[in-house]
Amino acid sequence: MKYALCCAFVGAFCAISIAAAQTAKAPAKAPTKESSPKEPPTFGIGRPATPAEIAALDIDVGPDGVGLPPGRGTSADGAPIYAARCASCHGKTGKEGPNDVLVGRLPGDAFPFAKDPRAPKTIGSYWPYATTVFDYIRRAMPPDKPGSLRDDEVYGLTAYLLSLNELIPADAVVDATSLPKVKMPARDRFVPDTRGKPKPR
Amino acid sequence: MKVSRRDLLAGAAGVVALGKTAAMQAVQPTADPSKVRGKPSRALGQRALSEKPQRQPRGVASSGTPHQDLYGTITPADLHFERHHGGVPEIDPKSYSLLIHGMVERPMVFSLADLKHFPSVSRVHFLECSGNFGGRGTATDITPQQLAGLTSTSEWTGVALATLFREVGASPKATWFLAEGQDAAVLTRSIPVSKAHDDALIAYGQNGEAIRPEQGYPARLLLPGWEGNANVKWLRRIELSDRPFMTREETSKYTDPMADGTARIFSFLMDARSLITYPAFPVTLSRGWIEINGIAWTGSGKITRVDISTDDGATWTPAKLQQPVLSKAHTRFRHLWNWPGNSEAVIMSRAVDETGYVQPTRTDLLATRGMSTVGYHFNPVTGWLVRPDGTVVYRTEQWS
Repeated sequence: MKYALCCAFVGAFCAISIAAAQTAKAPAKAPTKESSPKEPPTFGIGRPATPAEIAALDIDVGPDGVGLPPGRGTSADGAPIYAARCASCHGKTGKEGPNDVLVGRLPGDAFPFAKDPRAPKTIGSYWPYATTVFDYIRRAMPPDKPGSLRDDEVYGLTAYLLSLNELIPADAVVDATSLPKVKMPARDRFVPDTRGKPKPR
Repeated sequence: MKVSRRDLLAGAAGVVALGKTAAMQAVQPTADPSKVRGKPSRALGQRALSEKPQRQPRGVASSGTPHQDLYGTITPADLHFERHHGGVPEIDPKSYSLLIHGMVERPMVFSLADLKHFPSVSRVHFLECSGNFGGRGTATDITPQQLAGLTSTSEWTGVALATLFREVGASPKATWFLAEGQDAAVLTRSIPVSKAHDDALIAYGQNGEAIRPEQGYPARLLLPGWEGNANVKWLRRIELSDRPFMTREETSKYTDPMADGTARIFSFLMDARSLITYPAFPVTLSRGWIEINGIAWTGSGKITRVDISTDDGATWTPAKLQQPVLSKAHTRFRHLWNWPGNSEAVIMSRAVDETGYVQPTRTDLLATRGMSTVGYHFNPVTGWLVRPDGTVVYRTEQWS
C-alpha cells in the first residue's frame, strides 16, 4: 500500500514538471556580466584574535630562542623528573629504549645515518637545534599526559638530556639565554632539498 | 519488514549451498533475488555484505589503504590511509577555531562556519606518507597494501590558504608559516609561504562529506604533492614568520640522510611513483589475457607515462592512462598482457611525470641515499614475480 502511494506521488510530480517545461517557452536571457565577481581584498569573515588567545596557544620556540619562556633548570633538576616521567619509554640513561633513543654521541661526531640503518638519531648525534628539545618536550611529552610539565621542569629535562649527550657541562643552567647558544654537532650536516629538476635522483 | 516462510526457506537453501554458519543466515543473499521483495530505502547506505575491504593497521599510529581491493582512483574515505603522532583526537566542531597570527596586519580567529563561509574550491589530490615503503625486508608475501598502502586520493574541499592570508593581511616579508595541530602531539611543521600562493588549502571536505577524524576533522592543511606529515591535521594555529621554526618532525624525523654525509631538510616533494595493484600477491593467475593495472602519482604535477615491463625490465611498453589524468592525483594505468602459463615473469611499472622525472630504480636511489634508517621518500621501481604455477609474490632484492 505504501508503495502505491509513493508511486502516485512521484507520478503527480512528474506531470507538474512536464507542464512547467511546456509553458517556459521564452528563451533564457544571456548573462549580463562576463563572470562571477573577483574576490575582494577581504571578506570581513572571522574575528580579531585577542592577545590572551594568542598567548594561550603561541607555545612554539624558534631556533633563535624566540618563544622561550622565563624559568631555568639544570641537569640535577631534570634527573628525577626524567626517572619518573621519561625513563619507562626512553630507558634509564636515555640509551635503552624501547622508544626513541635520546642519548649518544658518535666518535668524531660521525654522521653514518645513510649507511647504517641501525644508528640511532640521538639528540647529540642528529638533532640540529637544542631549542627543539625544549619545544617538543613542552608540547607533546610525556605521552600519557602531554603538555603537563611546567616550564621549569622542561628546562630541567632539557638540561639533563643535553648534559647526558655531553653538549653542556653537568652543572650548566639552561634558560632562554643559554639554550639557543648550545652548539649542536650535526647542525651543519643539514642541506636544502635540491630535488625538483627533471632527472632521476 | 514481513518475512515469509518462503524467504526463510530460500535463505536456508542459500546457507546450505554455501556452507556458511547459522549466524550468517540473516545476511545471506537469497538464491533468486527476483522472487523476494528487496529491502526498503534507508537513511545511510552501506557496502554489499560480501565486500569487506579493510585498512591494515601497522601498530597504533598508521594503517594502509587496501589498493588491491579498489578500482579507479578515488579512495573511499573510510579506507583512506592513516598516520598520526598522538592518536586521533575528538574535536567538537562547534568549539573548533583556527588562529592565524604572527607577521600579519590583523591576527584573526576563524570558526569552522567562518572557513566554510569563504569561497570554496574542490580538487582531487593524493596524499602520501613519506615513509610509504614496505618492501624492504626479505618477505615475498607482501600485498600492494603492505608495499605502498600509505597513499590515498580524495576530492578535497576547502578554502584556499591564500584567501585566508589576504584576510589577515599577511606581511610580504613573511616567508614561512608554522602549522600546528590540535592532537596530543600538537604536531608542528614549518611551510614556505610560497606554497600558500601556489595551491595550499584549508580543507574541511573529503569526497563530498566532512573530512573523517583520521584525516583531520574538522579542518586540515592540504599541501598538494607534499609529504603527508606536512599536511597538518586538526589544524588549530598558523603563525607567519620570516624563518622556519625547526620543529622536532622537520629536524630529527622527516629529514633524509644522504650517502655523502649530509641530510636533506624540508624535503617536501613526493616524487613520481607507480604501483601495480593487479596482478600482485596474493593473486594466482591462469594463463591467457590479463589486464595489468595499477596507480601512478607524482607531487610534481601530472603523470605523463607509465611504462610496463613483463620481462624483469629488459623491455618496456607504455601503458594506457585512464582519463582524465589529474595533477597531483592517483592515475590509473592499464596494460594488456597475454601470459602463456607455465613460465616465470617479473612484471614492473615505471612512472614518468610532466617534468620528465622518471621513477628511479632501487639501485639509483641507494647510490644517492644510502641505506637510511627509515627510508623516507623511497620510491623505487618494484616488481611482482609470477611463478610458473601462476602464484604472484613480491620480488625481493638484495639490500646490501
